[in-house]
Amino acid sequence: MTTHPQLNKNGELQHLLSIEGLSKDMLRHILDTAESFAGVSEREVKKVPLLRGKTVCNLFFENSTRTRTTFEIAAKRLSADVVSLNVGNSSQSKGETILDTVDNLAAMHADMFVVRHSQSGAAHFIARHVAPHIHVINAGDGRHAHPTQGLLDMFTIRRYKPDMHNLRIAIVGDLLHSRVARSEIHALTTLGVPEVRVIAPKTLLPECVDRLGVQVYHDMAQGLKNVDVVMMLRLQHERMNGALLSSAQEYFKCYGLTPEKLALAKPDAIVMHPGPMNRGVEIDSAVADGAQSVILPQVTYGIAVRMAVMGILAGNTQ
Amino acid sequence: MQLPDAEHLVAALADKIKQLAAREPVALVGIHSGGAWLAERLHPMLTAETPLGALDISFYRDDFEQRGLHTQIKPSHIPFEVEGRHILLIDDVLYTGRTIRGAMNELFDYGRPAKITLAVLVDRGGREMPVEAQIVAAKLDLSPAQNLELLRDENGVFSFKLNEKN
Repeated sequence: MTTHPQLNKNGELQHLLSIEGLSKDMLRHILDTAESFAGVSEREVKKVPLLRGKTVCNLFFENSTRTRTTFEIAAKRLSADVVSLNVGNSSQSKGETILDTVDNLAAMHADMFVVRHSQSGAAHFIARHVAPHIHVINAGDGRHAHPTQGLLDMFTIRRYKPDMHNLRIAIVGDLLHSRVARSEIHALTTLGVPEVRVIAPKTLLPECVDRLGVQVYHDMAQGLKNVDVVMMLRLQHERMNGALLSSAQEYFKCYGLTPEKLALAKPDAIVMHPGPMNRGVEIDSAVADGAQSVILPQVTYGIAVRMAVMGILAGNTQ
Repeated sequence: MQLPDAEHLVAALADKIKQLAAREPVALVGIHSGGAWLAERLHPMLTAETPLGALDISFYRDDFEQRGLHTQIKPSHIPFEVEGRHILLIDDVLYTGRTIRGAMNELFDYGRPAKITLAVLVDRGGREMPVEAQIVAAKLDLSPAQNLELLRDENGVFSFKLNEKN
């Protein structure tokens, strides 16, 4: 067996770094466990004692409100103690290396690190470095992966469209810069979704995207036809200082999801977005707030999925 | 050893539970999997307004550190107000008492019950916690190397299986 950076010697999940490389059974186990955790958040006492006495460290080298907050709530609902650090604002700016930051927190007996970084591979780097009892969760690294977002998207799809072997799904927007899209595509193909489409202008598609097992469209009118699920991506305009697009208005005209374009999909199609949304750029407010939108349920389910990931990792000690 | 007939014991348990439920209103809560099956079977025998719930105590186990979350977990489902109610907790086999401790901890996260009564099909001894069942269909003396399992076939018929650990 080749060594896999996410698995321990028993083949169990030690870290969650990317969806790539996880089996269908593992993905299903996470999603099934998340179903049980979803019920916890609906109770009078929204807490279970699973991670009592453990310390979870949110290490955010890049800003994020939603992801950090949902990880924090998830860890607290598991009864862990949680420390959230916006490292970009503190020691890093004083010149401390990532590994020194991690070592210091490990010296304070942190049991789990949730890592967000603008560099691809940052979470892998930390996972290779830490002691064997410590678990690392990738909460987004550069353009590479955002596995818990991919998992919560799968959880959401399964809740609304339980038969995943019979779905047509379109991912729309800035795939070039999107770590979310990469995680989604791996998860969808692993779970057996037969038709995954990507819809984007040529300038916002990574090279060789077709090798990921998706069908490529450049026109919304064709790509959205008869799909069951529309997964919108955020236009990463803060990363777009080049000549990839002429203007946000033109982008909205061609690739923004309006009620008229959504009408091409199946009548019961659901609309998803990982947030934060650019209203009037990739999505029209009438769609974002419309009856087919499941954007806020995605946020709610994100807590259950993150509880499941943390619970499973914490139970897998080497 | 000769195992008792599971269906026979279920009938005996049903009689005792019907007597209790005739005296005061209860809510049935079965512990996954065997206890939940039993609660499902017993529920139609009680008055129509008797609530039914199920607990999966995986998140409350005291051996999570050793076992992790590997097995298939079923969602707990308590579709009624626990606060102030008499809960009739149902399990198939009472052994160490650790499962019941976990179940009681979980129940209290739904609310404060007025009373909890424990009903089990088999009390096999070997307690490690100060837990006792008020309603017991049968007592068996089993060694720690033996594991008694309740099975339910596709027709819903119960039987016992005795596994010997090496």
